[in-house]
Amino acid sequence: MSYLELLKLALPETILVATAFFILVADRSTGGLDRRLRFRIGGLIASVGCALAAGWIAVTPAHANVMNGLLVIDPLTRLVKAGILILTILTVLLSSDSDFTEHVGEYMALILFAAVGMMFLVSAEDILMIFVSLELTSLSLYILTAFNKRNIKSAEAALKYFLFGGMAAAFTLFGLSLVYGLSGSTNLHQIAAALAGKGLDPLLVVAVVMTIVGFGFKVAAVPFHLWAPDAYEGAPAPSAAFIASGSKVASFFIFAKLLMIGFAGVEGSGAWRSFVSGWIPTVAVIAGASMILGNLAAIVQGSVRRLLAYSAIAHAGYALLGIAANNEDGVASLLYYVLTYGLTTVGAFGVIAVVENRTGGDTMSHFAGLSRRAPLISFCMFVFLLSLAGIPPLAGFFGKFYLFAAAVKGGENLGLLWLVILAIATSAVSLYYYLKVLKQIYVAAPETNEPVQVPILQQIVLGLIAAAVVILGCVPAVVVDALKTAIQAAGH
Amino acid sequence: MLAWTIYISFLGVLVLMLLPKDNPRAARGVAFATAFAGLVIALVAYAGFKAGELLTIADKAWIPTLGFRYQLAADGVSLTLVLLTGLAAVAGILFSWNIEHRAKEFFAFYLALIGGVYGVFLSFDLFLLFVFYEIAIIPKYFIIAIWGSTRREYGAMKLALYSFIGSAMVLVGMIAAYVVSGAETMSLVELAKFSFPHSFQMWAFPLVFVGFAILAGMWPFHTWAPTGHVAAPTAASMLLAGVVMKLGAYGCLRVAMTLFPQGLEPWGCTVLGFGSWRDVFAVLAVIGIVYGAMVALVQKDFKFVIGYSSVSHMGFVLLGLVTLNTIGVSGAVLQMFSHGVIAGLLFAVVGRMVYERTHTRELPMLEAMRLSKMLPFAAVTFVIAGVASMGMPGFSGFIAELQVLIGAWKSYPALAIITGVGILIGVAYTLRATQKAFFGDDTTAAATADADENSHGHEPLQPISVPERLGATLLIGASVLVGLYPHVLLKIIVPSFESPLFQWIQKGGAQ
Repeated sequence: MSYLELLKLALPETILVATAFFILVADRSTGGLDRRLRFRIGGLIASVGCALAAGWIAVTPAHANVMNGLLVIDPLTRLVKAGILILTILTVLLSSDSDFTEHVGEYMALILFAAVGMMFLVSAEDILMIFVSLELTSLSLYILTAFNKRNIKSAEAALKYFLFGGMAAAFTLFGLSLVYGLSGSTNLHQIAAALAGKGLDPLLVVAVVMTIVGFGFKVAAVPFHLWAPDAYEGAPAPSAAFIASGSKVASFFIFAKLLMIGFAGVEGSGAWRSFVSGWIPTVAVIAGASMILGNLAAIVQGSVRRLLAYSAIAHAGYALLGIAANNEDGVASLLYYVLTYGLTTVGAFGVIAVVENRTGGDTMSHFAGLSRRAPLISFCMFVFLLSLAGIPPLAGFFGKFYLFAAAVKGGENLGLLWLVILAIATSAVSLYYYLKVLKQIYVAAPETNEPVQVPILQQIVLGLIAAAVVILGCVPAVVVDALKTAIQAAGH
Repeated sequence: MLAWTIYISFLGVLVLMLLPKDNPRAARGVAFATAFAGLVIALVAYAGFKAGELLTIADKAWIPTLGFRYQLAADGVSLTLVLLTGLAAVAGILFSWNIEHRAKEFFAFYLALIGGVYGVFLSFDLFLLFVFYEIAIIPKYFIIAIWGSTRREYGAMKLALYSFIGSAMVLVGMIAAYVVSGAETMSLVELAKFSFPHSFQMWAFPLVFVGFAILAGMWPFHTWAPTGHVAAPTAASMLLAGVVMKLGAYGCLRVAMTLFPQGLEPWGCTVLGFGSWRDVFAVLAVIGIVYGAMVALVQKDFKFVIGYSSVSHMGFVLLGLVTLNTIGVSGAVLQMFSHGVIAGLLFAVVGRMVYERTHTRELPMLEAMRLSKMLPFAAVTFVIAGVASMGMPGFSGFIAELQVLIGAWKSYPALAIITGVGILIGVAYTLRATQKAFFGDDTTAAATADADENSHGHEPLQPISVPERLGATLLIGASVLVGLYPHVLLKIIVPSFESPLFQWIQKGGAQ
């Protein structure tokens, strides 16, 4: 394989890196301008870069495999990468109203670097490459969290995120090294082949558990969730949005790939009264714990960001159902869910950012009476939160339904029905706290009737996201069919 | 054609959202036009409906990978309830003619709720039905929380959570049924053909039945109903009692009993005297009838009287359903219609005609006012509605409750007798409320009349407005029409039960 061909295959990522450098240079020359304007310019350049990369993805060959799994391109990874790029574009566009930092160029560049890490992560089928891309993403995200130097919470959040993240990375690395020792290979398919028929020996148990710990941290599942509420609360809003959306999509995808392909022989079973040790019951337990803790803890939060953080933990629990289902529908539903969830969360953080910038905070009372001060973004928030609660006809409802159906299908004797019952019960709880926020927005009386000025770009982007959430919920077939076809074409 | 009842409601929501902010007149006009168009469509469809047919309105692939279809259809039962929804929607808007506070949003939520309700009654794909069922939950919350009265936020949240928990139970049963059948379909007609394993039906049936029955106000899951009704603004109480509770009962009939009929069969053993889920639900229904009536008898708040009477009357619907014979089940469907109309009227009198003029619903205070003199129209309306609610011949309630009783007599004679007692208590609380609210007590009235003249005199109450008169006439007319000539609805309800969907009725009747 020549370097030229490699460049062609990795061109989307290359474009992003080039854009990042370009922004760094360009931002030097706009140093004197207003920060908001610089954010707008940077965001525009970054979006153009992402759009170009997405365009190139569409014309790359549908199947390629560089050096035994270092960079795998198939219809599924193309779809997921496109999803990540869209989420990145939305994140940078919504960041254009910020003024928390002087270093706009660096900020935009880091977002793009994180996106590059996610894209490589999605394409990797080699544990070494997985780890390296994971670190690229994580390190960028740590810095993005710490970016608001004027806010002490931002620093605290970043430090917590970094310490937990470093620990989790150590676990992952340890687990993966054991896997390599057991199988003698770093390629997922070869690992599966080498492990096949050996059963679950103690060393492999350690390896599986360590790996799950590492990824459990990335997706913020209980008991590895402790960083999430602080990071969501302290980080600048666009960083939090990106951690909650793009990073989640990539992590869930690679988590599923690693377990379903790499540990194909040791899945065990999580069906009621027929438990078999393996990664499925482990994931199922983590999922159950996440749903319970996330939803219950969210009830008592006074800050909308922390509320979304705990709800994100709960949503990680639901999404893990798709992995535990361990079937084709499981992957399709997982991806539909995390993509629409990412979209919704970016939108919700977009609204939070506007509210914070205009009213000075993100506690419940800052949202009081918002519907009379900014009807459009209030309606968008209405759509986002109800989608998160799983109310039809919004995307979140079909996402949940599909996940639950896939999980019940996975395994004989109604598979993971017990976990689905838990999920449905806790999601009934979740309606309470989402309605609490909406009650502030629609029912509570505003402190002043003075309209909140929302920049036009924000209005357009949020409106588009809300429309997408409604449309994806009404005609989910568009995305689901594409995902299904891609999964079959990818041949996992 | 009938599908336009749904579309036009959501179109109405869109139009309302685009209207300028402070123009209650326009909002009202749009809402009324939309609701009225819905009623007209329902009437036209009724005129063209052939008894016994299953009228397919739309059937398109929706989510092909999972086999979900966009399938709308109507049989006699759905059509009856669509008619009810049309009536209740129009009447509700007539009785909220005076809403000025955030009128545009009020009517937008109102129409969204109506659209969801129409959707539930017309869906023949379980997934679609569930989607509409949940769409109906959220507007209720906001209507009550924003425009409600007594403890409105509490009542709204309680109602929303009860509904959501109920639908969560339904969702579990629904997903399980989908996977167990393995047929990759959610079409009710297809699923009803599939005979689910007996053991599966035994747990799926009570789960789904209770899930829906929560919204129908089945005792002991009824507690959302009185608080919700009392907290809600008039139009919302009318809709809650009028159509939303019917959603639950309809779900029991259309989904739980149709898909899992074996769940009604005996367990093969008796626990505490109960031999089957059918026995359990029959007893719960009768407890609801008697308990609701007894609690209504001692309420001080006028609206709570009506709220508990709704629980009592919905008990008849549930009892009618589990009789499993044609007369009982058609009585249940007729009772849904009848209660929808009558309860709507009662809430209209209490909430709109009385409370918004006197600003109190406390019976002792109303007793002192002798409203029959000041608001004769309200008094007459309430007497008519009360008489209808008691089950007086000539009104729809009589024929419906009679059918349920006859049906119950065939299946559960002892329970039928207890139900008869419940009806007597019903007469008692209605008379008590009428007496206290409108005619007062001579001695206290005389005393306060003197006091009034001495202190501030009579403040004249606003006269009853034209929209209120129209709304009351509409509802009374519907009740009388069905009461005098029940065939007008029964001719489409009864033949529906001959469809294969309702085989369990024929089997149950033979038992």
